[in-house]
Amino acid sequence: MGKILEINGPLVKLELPQTVIGEQVRVGRMGLIGEVIGRDGDTALAQLYEDTTGLRPGEEAHGLGWPLSVELGPGLLGAIFDGVQRPLQAVWEQSGDRIARGVAVPSLPRDKAWHFVPDPARHGGSVLAGGDVLGSVQETESILHRILTPPLIQGELLELAPEGDYTLEEAIGRVRLADGRIEKLHLFHRWPVRTPRPFRQRDHAVAPLITGQRILDTFYPLLKGGKAAIPGPFGAGKTMLQQQIARWCNTEIVIYVGCGERGNELTDVLESMPELKDPHTGRPLMERTLLVANTSNMPVVAREASIYVGITLAEYFRDQGYDVVMVADSTSRWAEALREVAGRLGQMPVEEGYPAYLGSRLASFYERAGRVETFAGDHGSVTLIGAVSPPGGDFSEPVTSHTKEIIQTFWALSKELADARHYPSVDWLESFSGYVSSAAKWWAQAVDPNWESARAEALDLLAASEELQRIVNLVGVEALSSEQRWTLEAAGLIKEGLLQQSAIDEVDSFASPEKQYALLAALLEIYRQGMKLVKLGAPARRLIQMPLLAQARRWKSQHSSDDLAALKAKIAAIPDAFEPMLQEYTPASSAPREATP
Amino acid sequence: MKNIEFRTATSVQGGLVVMGGVPGVASGSRVQLRDHAGRLRSGLVIRASDDAVLVEVFEGTDELDIERTWVRFLDEPFKLPLSRDIMGRVFNGSGLPRDGRPPIISADRRDVNGEPLNPAARAYPREFIQTGISAIDGMNSLTRGQKLPIFSGGGLPHNRVAAQIVRQAKLLGEEAAEFVVVFAAFGASHADARFFQESFEESGVLNKVVMFLNLADEPVIERLLTPRAALTAAEYLAFDLDYHVLVVMTDMTAYAEALREVAVLRGDVPARKGYPGYLYSDLAEIYERAGRIKNRRGSITMIPVLSMPSDDITHPIPDLTGYITEGQIVLGRELANQGVYPPVTVLPSLSRLMKDGVGKNFTREDHPHVASQLFASYAKALEVRGLAAIIGAEELSDADRRTLEFAEAFERRFIGQGEDEDRSIHETLNLAWDLLSMLPADALIRVSEDELAKYHKGAA
Ligand SMILES: Nc1ncnc2c1ncn2[C@@H]1O[C@H](COP(=O)(O)OP(=O)(O)OP(=O)(O)O)[C@@H](O)[C@H]1O
Ligand SMILES: [Mg+2]
Repeated sequence: MGKILEINGPLVKLELPQTVIGEQVRVGRMGLIGEVIGRDGDTALAQLYEDTTGLRPGEEAHGLGWPLSVELGPGLLGAIFDGVQRPLQAVWEQSGDRIARGVAVPSLPRDKAWHFVPDPARHGGSVLAGGDVLGSVQETESILHRILTPPLIQGELLELAPEGDYTLEEAIGRVRLADGRIEKLHLFHRWPVRTPRPFRQRDHAVAPLITGQRILDTFYPLLKGGKAAIPGPFGAGKTMLQQQIARWCNTEIVIYVGCGERGNELTDVLESMPELKDPHTGRPLMERTLLVANTSNMPVVAREASIYVGITLAEYFRDQGYDVVMVADSTSRWAEALREVAGRLGQMPVEEGYPAYLGSRLASFYERAGRVETFAGDHGSVTLIGAVSPPGGDFSEPVTSHTKEIIQTFWALSKELADARHYPSVDWLESFSGYVSSAAKWWAQAVDPNWESARAEALDLLAASEELQRIVNLVGVEALSSEQRWTLEAAGLIKEGLLQQSAIDEVDSFASPEKQYALLAALLEIYRQGMKLVKLGAPARRLIQMPLLAQARRWKSQHSSDDLAALKAKIAAIPDAFEPMLQEYTPASSAPREATP
Repeated sequence: MKNIEFRTATSVQGGLVVMGGVPGVASGSRVQLRDHAGRLRSGLVIRASDDAVLVEVFEGTDELDIERTWVRFLDEPFKLPLSRDIMGRVFNGSGLPRDGRPPIISADRRDVNGEPLNPAARAYPREFIQTGISAIDGMNSLTRGQKLPIFSGGGLPHNRVAAQIVRQAKLLGEEAAEFVVVFAAFGASHADARFFQESFEESGVLNKVVMFLNLADEPVIERLLTPRAALTAAEYLAFDLDYHVLVVMTDMTAYAEALREVAVLRGDVPARKGYPGYLYSDLAEIYERAGRIKNRRGSITMIPVLSMPSDDITHPIPDLTGYITEGQIVLGRELANQGVYPPVTVLPSLSRLMKDGVGKNFTREDHPHVASQLFASYAKALEVRGLAAIIGAEELSDADRRTLEFAEAFERRFIGQGEDEDRSIHETLNLAWDLLSMLPADALIRVSEDELAKYHKGAA
């Protein structure tokens, strides 16, 4: 038992002997929760997750004996939690529209019974180790929640409950630990958020994360278990892109962390997800999604925690053998929260007020992504996608530059593209992916063997057009040769007909890998056909007027991914459009012209 | 404790007073100070321990001395009394009357800091507000419950634009505005305040306006309280009395500068340009009070005005604002110099909630596509204009010349309009098609083929 010595914003100095850094504390008459971040003799410094107005020196404080932890078990999916895993829906029902201070609602519902089916391989007397699957609960129609043995448990399973309905309060088993103590097992367990959950071993990431977004999947792929960042100035489309990924990506679980961003964005997800269907399973998206929200008007200290709460939830589903994607919007707000804490502790700032350990904190956070072999022998993965909000859109600032060194896929958003409403505003020159060759194997097998070369050809075309555009801006388009003009035109076609993809167009919002490749191949085909003609002497001016070019720009929003036959027919007819001109420009004397394929 | 006056100041400096030996003072509680001349000032406890209590004084610490300053700890946070009678009233930055009429007496007194809205309780804003201004309605439309700032600069007509929005804003199908207005000015000049007052008077809404004024020559620290007091009143009107509230606040730059001033006094670590690292969170506490709540009828729509220092949109104040608000309407000097009113620079302007509040069931089915097309065509046209400046307009192709004419007409006729001109959304969209029809149909790929057939006037 201790007491408050001083209150300074979210920071409270306590007389609290024998506490340890990271311990949770309950402070004052209101019972505000926080964590210890510093110690000096018998005094401890704690930061509180809630506003400290009204707290007085002399009020009592005590340590709770554990670090910030989350509850892991059935009831997570479809829920929205705050930065310290308070269930916001239940908090709303209990304390009204505004988040009252000191509310204590358990993270997972205690009164709800879940239908538990024990794993047939487990029985009294068998050896039990952390991460072993005890059984399962069909939590939503699409997700089977595997009930895991808490990671640090090791011993003999004495008893496991038979199939039946159990609440989280009820024990479903007992285990005798190595030291003879007997521990009860429940449908849920706790885990400290700042400690990565253990697994058997790391695995190579192999399969691409399919997001349905062409510029991502086709040009700058990410693998399941990989790490990516989306930096961009305000309004460039980071949130929209992350929401698109949360909607359409092909993982079994999606964790959406709103860290210091807008309340309405979470409301948008909450309102739209239940209405949308997972394109891979046909089930409502909310069944596989869970949200962690510390909006910008919620206390800053919990913001720093929210990212860890999110990643721990992600690891928990990974340990059940699932592919999980976690999007974090925005890691910059997390870094700023870190900066505030550091500032209050009087730690020396190194760049723009950030402490020296910013880079290592970011790295160890992203390190929690990956594909692993679980203790149960399954494979699961956590893919991490962090938005970065650089001040003034300047990518050389500390958070962006550190992040850039850590991640493998970099989706750089551009203000110029966003201003012209070219979305997603992913800059095709600034972005990169370190996963292209791994992804190529999958694309070659699942979609088309020519994927990698087609992708490279399109990127070359885009790079060439950038060069040409510079010339045009200096001396005008007339200075270009016909070949150059056609290159410029074809690049425009790729930008508008392929890269640009509207999230709000029902058809265009998601593109299957097959559709992505079909469009890519089609536009390249137009480019090649035209180039052939230009080389035969046709003026680019005439080619540019072909109605086909305007038509092809519309294909993306005319044909949905389930209906590619019509698109393929149009693609097959591309050579026909060039046929008349080809006849005109083929020298009469030459050999019979090539048959159209 | 409320009734005891302490005379234990140990230091007085730069807006802060340190009090010794007052145990058990609540953090964040309000303080009343009396100086040697008997004048009262108010303050807030920003740090509390049994040995020392740090008090921030809203009116500043000029002429305060250690020996002759008496301090009472009021033992509660800063609260605003609320009742229906606030309508039509004018208050100062901390909520006291400045219109010579009696103070508001009410048992309902609320902490001006408010409490964060639970995201699970929010309702997503979807109702289109017609402002009658084409550049806003057509391309950056406003919805009920949105926070959409005006980014401006010295000498630009942001006040006139804000006043025009207040005059004209209504929902589709509504005859007249159903809004009540909360107007907050901090660091504003007397002339600006008078301009708004007269504008409300002229449009006959004065009895539906609540004003909170902290003018340029009034205490700086009080500026930190002004938007909070105003928003506390707005929340009361919206969520207790079911009104749709339009909050106009000016000037957020003065607010942020006040915050910086106080942060320096407190010795907080600066982040960018001397502004404290918590500027983002502090601004968010203000802006995020806009919105709608499930099962409540009223709403808070917020139009903060902000002047960008040196017209620089990457300056921390507009930058952090843009990161929090749901878009921004950017006014530009170039258009203003050409005599275009309202000088809305459309490309950097944005409304994030537009996508959910326009189109088929809200305005007209072609609206989202038309907006997107206008952005694309105008962006293209500006490129051509840049090129023409280098190589000369004579060297341009016919197509490029048409594009230039489009840009010209778009700026004059679409963006430009009268200060009293109230265009319906249909007028705005039809006008957009008149302009898009200057371009060949083939160049308009953001609109659908059906829409082209229906609305495009060119012989494609
Ligand atoms: N893929 C897209 N399709 C259509 N519109 C888009 C797309 N991406 C972005 N937009 C438009 O851009 C707006 C801003 O996007 P978004 O809110 O995602 O930006 P942001 O980068 O997250 O900004 P901030 O950093 O301020 O949060 C959206 O409201 C939407 O109108
Ligand atoms: Mg965002």
